[in-house]
Amino acid sequence: MSVTKSEIRSGAYYDSVVLMQLQRNLLQLPGVEDAGVVMATPANLELLAESQLLQAEGKAAKPEDLLIVVKAASGAKAQDALAQVDELLKRRSGAATSSFRPRSLAGAVKALPDADWVSISVPGRYAAGVAREALEFGKHVFLYSDNVSVEDEIGLKQQAQQNGLLLMGPDCGTAIINGIGLGFANHVRQGSIGLVAASGTGLQSVTSAIHNLGGGVSQAIGTGGRDLKEAIGAASTLQGLAYLAADPDTRVIVIISKPPDAAVAGKLLAAALGAGKPVVVCFLGFAAPAVRLNNLHFASGLEHAARIAVDLSQQPARDSGSPSKAKPISGYLRGLFSGGTLASELFLGLNLFLSPLFSNVAIRSEQKVNDAHKSQAHTILDLGEDEFTVGRLHPMMDNDLRIRRLKQEAADPEVGLILLDVVLGEGAHPNPAAELAPAIAAARKARKELEFVALLVGTDEDPQDIQKQEEALAKAGATVYRDITQTLEHVVGRLLGAAEVQKSPAPFAQPLAVINIGVEGFYDSQSAQGAQTIHVEWRPPASGDEDLMALLSKMRT
Amino acid sequence: MVSIDKANQTAVEGMMGARPILKGVAPARDVVPGMRPNLLLHAGPPIEWERMSGPLRGAVIGALIFEGLAKNEKEAEALVGKGEVDFAPCHHHATVGPMAGVTSASMMVYIIENETHGNMAYSNLNEGYGKVLRYGAYSEEVIAKLKWMNDVMGPVLAKAIEASGGMDIRALLSEALHMGDEGHNRNKAGSILYTTKLAPWIAQTAGDSAVAGEILKFLGENALSVLNPVMAACKAMADAAHGVEGSTMVSTMARNGTDFGLRVSGLGDQWFTAPAEVPDGLYFPSYTSADANPDIGDSTITETAGIGAFAMAAAPAIVTFVSGTPQDALNATLEMYEITTAEHSHFTIPQLEFRGSPTGIDIRKVVELGITPRVNTGIAHKDAGVGQVGAGLVRPPMKIFEDAVRAYAKQYNL
Repeated sequence: MSVTKSEIRSGAYYDSVVLMQLQRNLLQLPGVEDAGVVMATPANLELLAESQLLQAEGKAAKPEDLLIVVKAASGAKAQDALAQVDELLKRRSGAATSSFRPRSLAGAVKALPDADWVSISVPGRYAAGVAREALEFGKHVFLYSDNVSVEDEIGLKQQAQQNGLLLMGPDCGTAIINGIGLGFANHVRQGSIGLVAASGTGLQSVTSAIHNLGGGVSQAIGTGGRDLKEAIGAASTLQGLAYLAADPDTRVIVIISKPPDAAVAGKLLAAALGAGKPVVVCFLGFAAPAVRLNNLHFASGLEHAARIAVDLSQQPARDSGSPSKAKPISGYLRGLFSGGTLASELFLGLNLFLSPLFSNVAIRSEQKVNDAHKSQAHTILDLGEDEFTVGRLHPMMDNDLRIRRLKQEAADPEVGLILLDVVLGEGAHPNPAAELAPAIAAARKARKELEFVALLVGTDEDPQDIQKQEEALAKAGATVYRDITQTLEHVVGRLLGAAEVQKSPAPFAQPLAVINIGVEGFYDSQSAQGAQTIHVEWRPPASGDEDLMALLSKMRT
Repeated sequence: MVSIDKANQTAVEGMMGARPILKGVAPARDVVPGMRPNLLLHAGPPIEWERMSGPLRGAVIGALIFEGLAKNEKEAEALVGKGEVDFAPCHHHATVGPMAGVTSASMMVYIIENETHGNMAYSNLNEGYGKVLRYGAYSEEVIAKLKWMNDVMGPVLAKAIEASGGMDIRALLSEALHMGDEGHNRNKAGSILYTTKLAPWIAQTAGDSAVAGEILKFLGENALSVLNPVMAACKAMADAAHGVEGSTMVSTMARNGTDFGLRVSGLGDQWFTAPAEVPDGLYFPSYTSADANPDIGDSTITETAGIGAFAMAAAPAIVTFVSGTPQDALNATLEMYEITTAEHSHFTIPQLEFRGSPTGIDIRKVVELGITPRVNTGIAHKDAGVGQVGAGLVRPPMKIFEDAVRAYAKQYNL
């Protein structure tokens, strides 16, 4: 009959690698059938319960306690095994402590003053405090730890930004800085492609693909999975982008994210438009608005992103086609379309850039315009929908409805740009410009700042004379295109402009020197890659006593 | 709210700026403030007879015999039992003593003056090795040696020191740290420096060359000769850091063989105490940790002032007490930087590229990082009269630092 015995060591923190080694060593002892050695977090207790190793005693353990459980053939054997724990722990540390390991960040900063990075992988509840301290020391932060609150993330990123520092994370799994992988990272060639990603495996996958395609990576910056959520507002991604835009070693930038929040995507793309370099955008779950808009190249997936980036990095440098620096429009866009598919195409094309954007052709219900007769924020309407055409001709033949709606929109002081399609060809109105141009001219006369863009669809063999149509519309004051991508580029350029590129974080010093706090394995890996690195023998502050921690935080002056 | 960092800076500057000069030797009753015939000073925080450990009781008995207040152990115990002997920590009387630290009114003490701040500190004379009062021995030979020290050596030292014009102990320590001492467990170089500096004055003032020879032999053969003036010097330095409003810096660490006691600069004269631990160390042949008394003595004043175990890197020769390699000695000092306020401006360590030794223990850092100060120490036998059984490393209990943090928060309304 086997016997299970437990021991709790209050406030004794060890990193999990040590605990696993201890567990393995316990299992090799005579008579031991099973053993569990864990920090007693709820998740770990659950694991023990599943292995039938959790007893009443263990259930009482707190997260900062070390819990050791041994199941053995007899009570005496279990007791013997527990008695050997100290010896087993010591056996390991003997070899590891030959050179000094600081216990505090302050100690590590003194020991390795060249370090401008701190890699943090302590338990989440302590991570924000350690990250704050690292920023106070003027260090960039790689924050691997998860379970950091959104409030802390916002605060930390503001603190980083104010001090010209980069904070990657929390929950940042991957980065490659100056050729050294932090966290999980692949061995890839150094090169001219800089990446910023809110996805660890996304970053691993694209950097690997870049290498396999013959390209190389300048910097791969992680941001943590929540960075592109509205609450965080892409703080780290924007900083990473600014860094890569300013970095002379980076020729092509890649941005990778799981679906970003709509408002954040617009802000980020506005910044990307101002990066002054080709930017490959890979937002999983968003339809690509075009193959290319100005300097933005849209990828349909991770591998595609890598392929575009490698191609661009191997082409000679060329004007990346940044939008004009003219002051962008502050008002809303109203798109008045006669063609349903054109409306959809422009809606999808602008969807990434403009927020909030509504339409009667929107797929997602929250973007459906409430009342098609009243626009809200940015709105794109298909006036050929049944709700408009009951009892009248289709707007491709009859301009009356569109002109009335055009007047309605032009009178709205919140409107800054009106976008129209003008579809030519058999069956369509014989001279649409003759009716639309005067309406445009009148509207522009009433409001000089109001801009018009017309997308002309047709050929030079169409009966309406496409050249004349274009001239008439242009003369009335509209900007006319015959190409959807150019139309999108223009509208995006006018409505977003090129956002001020943020101040770049301080340049990453060469060679990489990093202070590692938390998982020892990361120290080993940084060290094996040739980085200058030092490991902090971190313990929970005040051995995890929350009252004392609270007092100490008040005594930090 | 006061700035703790600023207060600690003030405190540590006081400590490092203190300039302790050995000024003379005199009977305790003539110089130690509040000294009186029935008062015995002892090491560590306050303690009553009933809770005293073996070595401290032995030293009390020996001191009463030495003073002529009792003829033997039985009479001494009876005297104490009748309540006719008062006890007080050395620290309450500007005094420090190694191990039991028992100091009585007639005993000769070193006089240290901190010339920067004007405060005084005192310590008894070192008896050397073997059966000695500080380890609780009180046999006839122990008392006889004490009498010789008091009646023969003491007056000569007094004259010699006076004639020399005083000795700068801070300068002596700085030099000794460069010669392989750490100032607590290892004082070989310092004791030689001390003896060498005094030798011409002893020769001149002893009056009798045989006496001069005896004294020089006694000082020269005792590698701990300088320990007591060094401790008094550290006390003078630590007192210069005491009483700074808002400071979280430790100004006293001391043990009485039962409790480990702590005082903090910004928390007045209150002691924080918890049971002292048995040091982890090497034992003389035929002894084991089962024979050891819990940690005892005021000599932790050296660590308080930034030397001793804190300067372990300077003394690789005694690393066997910590565990083995010279790297461990470096690590010991490097660890102490984590919990201290400053690097000493006068005590530097060649092995660490002449970095100042870690100075000014901050209770905040101790509690936050879970690192208690290291202490190098001798180990006393738990029974009175046996003496030293080994030497090694000990750390104060974490509880006294936690209690101090809580008391600080209360006192300063945090």
